[in-house]
Amino acid sequence: MARMKFLCDAERCIECNGCVTACKNEHEIPWGVNRRRVVTLNDGLPGEKSISVACMHCSDAPCMAVCPVDCFYKTSEGVVLHDKDLCIGCGYCFYACPFGAPQFPQDGAFGLRGKMDKCTFCAGGPEPDFSDAEFKKYGRNRLAEGKLPACAEMCSTKALLGGDGDVIADIYRTRVTRRGKGSEVWGWGTAYGAPQKPAAPQPGGKS
Amino acid sequence: MMRGARLLVTLAAAAGLAAVAGCGEKAAVTVYKQGQYQGKPDMRPWDNDQFRGDKTAWEKTIKARNDGQNEYVRVATQ
Repeated sequence: MARMKFLCDAERCIECNGCVTACKNEHEIPWGVNRRRVVTLNDGLPGEKSISVACMHCSDAPCMAVCPVDCFYKTSEGVVLHDKDLCIGCGYCFYACPFGAPQFPQDGAFGLRGKMDKCTFCAGGPEPDFSDAEFKKYGRNRLAEGKLPACAEMCSTKALLGGDGDVIADIYRTRVTRRGKGSEVWGWGTAYGAPQKPAAPQPGGKS
Repeated sequence: MMRGARLLVTLAAAAGLAAVAGCGEKAAVTVYKQGQYQGKPDMRPWDNDQFRGDKTAWEKTIKARNDGQNEYVRVATQ
């Protein structure tokens, strides 16, 4: 079974915000909510780097661990989703997320924090597939249409890859081998775990 | 007289107990319990009119989309 993952190639991202626009258009995201953002480091300086950031659908998602009402679940494809009917908008998931993915619409009285909204990997939510309720709460369900997330498929330079973790890792590996640089994948280790290395025995250490 | 003194002692004892009631210390370390999803069940992506429960067909479609992101196989290499 595929484990859906995102990978952003900082060597290729040109900060066009096409992924952000594609996401907002696909799901009709309201003002003030950005499921995906482009972050630029050293902006304006030679060698600046940009990456597209959204929910990474972590292997061991911290948002799931901290949610007091347990509204998160993980699909068999490894996509982290949540039930908006249960969400109380406490914001714990926002504090726990290393990527700043959870978004809260503030359209109520006195800046009331609404129910959390985040990237769904274009997989909808716990409502009947292709229903109006699903679209209204979670956006379009492209995965059930046999498509990958709009942001990754719309990326003009193919900096943002989304899909089966093994396949996109292979694509990236080929790319790095050909160009001979830029093998760092930002956020990959945080989201999906760094490769496990056996701890080297320390001289004089106790086992 | 005797009765009044006894009442006074009882009241003083009760007040003393109430005053030190907050001094009791309980262990503040909780044991973490893994939560279970409490929401509605979700459908699987192949359980719809398009794929009619055919998981293999869905996986094949997704695989084709995955490979479509690799420009090295889309563009003829020299």
